[in-house]
Amino acid sequence: MDAGRLTRGRPVATRGVLEARTTRAGSALGPNFAVRTAFIWPALLVILFVSIFPLFASLYISLSRLELARGGFTFHFIGVENFRELLFGGERTHFLGVSRPLTALGWVVLVAGLALLCWGLARAWRGGVSLVGMAFRLVGAFIGAAGLWLLTHTLLSHGGRPGTVVVTLVYVAVGIAAQFLLGLGLAHLLTQGLPGQRFFRVVFLLPMMITPVGVAYMFRMLTDTSKGPLEPLWAAVGLTDFSWVTSPWGARVAVMIGDIWQWTPFMFIVLLAALESQDLETVEAAMVDGANRWQTFRHVTLPAILPVCTTVILIRLIEAFKIIDLPNVLTNGGPGTATESLSLHAYVRWRTLDLGQSAAVAYSLLFIVTLVAVAYVSLLRRRFAEE
Amino acid sequence: MTNRRFRGWAASIAVLALMVGACSSGSSQSTKKAGAKAHEGVSVNVLTFTGPQIAEPLQRRAPEFQRLTGAKIKVVTVPFSDLYDKILTDMATRTNSYDAFVFDPQWMGDFVPPGYLEDIGSRVQGDQALKWDDIAPFFRDFSASYQGHTYTIPLDGDVEMVYYRSDLLKKDGIQPPATWDDYLSIAQRYNGKDLNGDGKGDYGSCIAKKRSAQSYWMFLAIAGSFLQTQGTSQGSFFDSATMKPLVNNPGFAAALDVYKRTTQYGPPGELNLDVGDTRGLFTSGRCALSMDWGDIGTLAIDPKTSTVQDKVGTVVLPGSRRVLDRGTGQLVDCNATTCPRAVDGVNHAPFAAFGGWSGAINASAKKDVKDAAFDFLAYMSAPGQSNVDVTLGKTGFNPYRVSQFENIDAWVKAGMSEAMAKNYLGAIRDSFQSPNMILDLRVPKSADYEGVVLDTGLAQFLAGELNTQQTMQQIESGWEKITNDQGRDKQKQSYAASLSVQR
Repeated sequence: MDAGRLTRGRPVATRGVLEARTTRAGSALGPNFAVRTAFIWPALLVILFVSIFPLFASLYISLSRLELARGGFTFHFIGVENFRELLFGGERTHFLGVSRPLTALGWVVLVAGLALLCWGLARAWRGGVSLVGMAFRLVGAFIGAAGLWLLTHTLLSHGGRPGTVVVTLVYVAVGIAAQFLLGLGLAHLLTQGLPGQRFFRVVFLLPMMITPVGVAYMFRMLTDTSKGPLEPLWAAVGLTDFSWVTSPWGARVAVMIGDIWQWTPFMFIVLLAALESQDLETVEAAMVDGANRWQTFRHVTLPAILPVCTTVILIRLIEAFKIIDLPNVLTNGGPGTATESLSLHAYVRWRTLDLGQSAAVAYSLLFIVTLVAVAYVSLLRRRFAEE
Repeated sequence: MTNRRFRGWAASIAVLALMVGACSSGSSQSTKKAGAKAHEGVSVNVLTFTGPQIAEPLQRRAPEFQRLTGAKIKVVTVPFSDLYDKILTDMATRTNSYDAFVFDPQWMGDFVPPGYLEDIGSRVQGDQALKWDDIAPFFRDFSASYQGHTYTIPLDGDVEMVYYRSDLLKKDGIQPPATWDDYLSIAQRYNGKDLNGDGKGDYGSCIAKKRSAQSYWMFLAIAGSFLQTQGTSQGSFFDSATMKPLVNNPGFAAALDVYKRTTQYGPPGELNLDVGDTRGLFTSGRCALSMDWGDIGTLAIDPKTSTVQDKVGTVVLPGSRRVLDRGTGQLVDCNATTCPRAVDGVNHAPFAAFGGWSGAINASAKKDVKDAAFDFLAYMSAPGQSNVDVTLGKTGFNPYRVSQFENIDAWVKAGMSEAMAKNYLGAIRDSFQSPNMILDLRVPKSADYEGVVLDTGLAQFLAGELNTQQTMQQIESGWEKITNDQGRDKQKQSYAASLSVQR
């Protein structure tokens, strides 16, 4: 695609200008250097203070234990003990879950996933990727395989149980997929010239305006089969003796429905903007060429809005990992720890001022979010490059 | 300016200054004469948990107190699960945005050693209106004191009891539950039957089992009678000689079994019910049995919400005929040696869970604020106020003063029949007078032992994530980790000190 070549061309030009400027600056070091320093340092200090310092401070906290001291508190350095506790100690089953022998479906998913990873690696090798690039891919594939192993052995096994890592991944994967598909569907509907579009545009946006705690309370009432507003409905289908939130998957589904209900509007509004700004001439041209509605959508509309789709998914992806309000209010992380996300896990530890353990969970979350986001972006970049 | 003009100006200013001075001193004298309010202009921030209970009486009486003393009391509330860290963070970081707290006195183990709380011993002794000696000894020595010093003013009396529908049991000729087996059989008998005449099936037992709430005290109330037999000073949480947790043994397993079986006879969403929910279910006539602090007794007489007025009986926590022999680690039958405190062969261990909401003052507050905060807490606890408040279900305050147990008229006036008042107060008094009463855990990190490790383990057990053995192992390893992190000797001393309080 032309756009791809143009995008790749820009950094070269910019680099050239920068090099030229650097050379000129180098020839007159004295005053320019001082001026540059004077202008750059304030901004740099602000960034260091606001962003980098808290990052290192929380890293230190994750390697320590808070101890109350006379008139205040101190941090006692304990090395990687908090991380060891999460990965190998008493918190392991809470954090990673319980792995058990795979079911037949589990084996199929695991083998298919591993085959996919191997195929990707082989393709990269054949494509002439450098040794350094290959090394990075190998590390990525190893982490991906470990994640796949964890997912299958906790979700698709005989008696396994997901920990907060896997529960969070499930929330993210299911939530984002459903929100994207629903958001795209609703946005597409509103571009079809149906009556009442303005009204529905506002209505579809409303869930996003409600505070997450309000959404959680609302779903708590809706899922209460014995006294909630939907009680007559539950009674009619004979479900008054059933509770959504006392079965692990019932509770997780309730959390996911709440999350999907709240965040679909975000996808919807962004995708609606993308659809409305689409060049109509290409759509008309496709139709004139005899393409049906699906073909037009698949081969004309979707490629046109793909950059927006990928961006909006990335934003929601990063945001979805931090889910805490819904499970906290709806189920308090229960039954057991079934609906506990990583953020809620960190919060539970923080509530008794176990800041070290809490920071360790939060750092693990940061690591996972970064990993998933980087993998997503690099996959997209490759895809765009191929196109 | 000429010398004469300057002198004229100076004289005028001097006269003016004298007049202003005379006026101001006159106004100050007139204020004093009019009886200046003791805490005029002082504002006190009090932190407690989200109501309606506990916060309600504080919020209701704050304007009264302001009219009397001039002090403005601002009651700030947070959910129960956030209260501990909110208080600790505020004081540990020296933010000190709260001047007083109404909290769980178990937490003194964390708040007192770093010097966060004000020692109010001398203030208490100097306040005649507080009638300190009228407060039952247990609350003065356990809820209010830590290692010989007084840090809180008790506002509430807490002991777990079992409530039953006296009309149903009387009609069917059934005795109130004396053992946990009795409890289960009564719950089974009434589960699914219509107990409130609305044509729908109701529940045999309603017990709060929600995670990150106040549910773990309900389990500890069951476990106590299996674990503690030799009297209060034996303790039911740890072996006091080694600080080894008493959470991985056949007694604890038996209690887990009872706890899980009660769920079979409970509402469908019981795992997500807090005490507020179970109280509502019981007072609306939907449960045959429940376990709670003293709240159900007073909520049941509220004509606005209760459909079971005068249909509620209260008993000391049921017990067990088989108990843990700590020497052999086995469950053994009760006899004179294994259960010296048994009644009719049943070992009861009433549980003073929580210890009762109590008020304390931030040691870093200004002196005038501390004075006002103390006076407010003393006002709330004084018999004139508390003897009324403990009879109202909406306050969440339960009896803790001798006069509250003796004055039946106040309860009858509040709406209880005399028989119910005697039954209710008798169960509380019997619990506190039991030589085998269990004191709640009060060592550093109590909130972590109970509120995180135990609470999470129980929630996972009820949800089926862990079996009995896994639950006990998880709780044991979690407790051992906290003990090791804090220092075993330090925790052991603290635990021994908490068990040696006078009652």
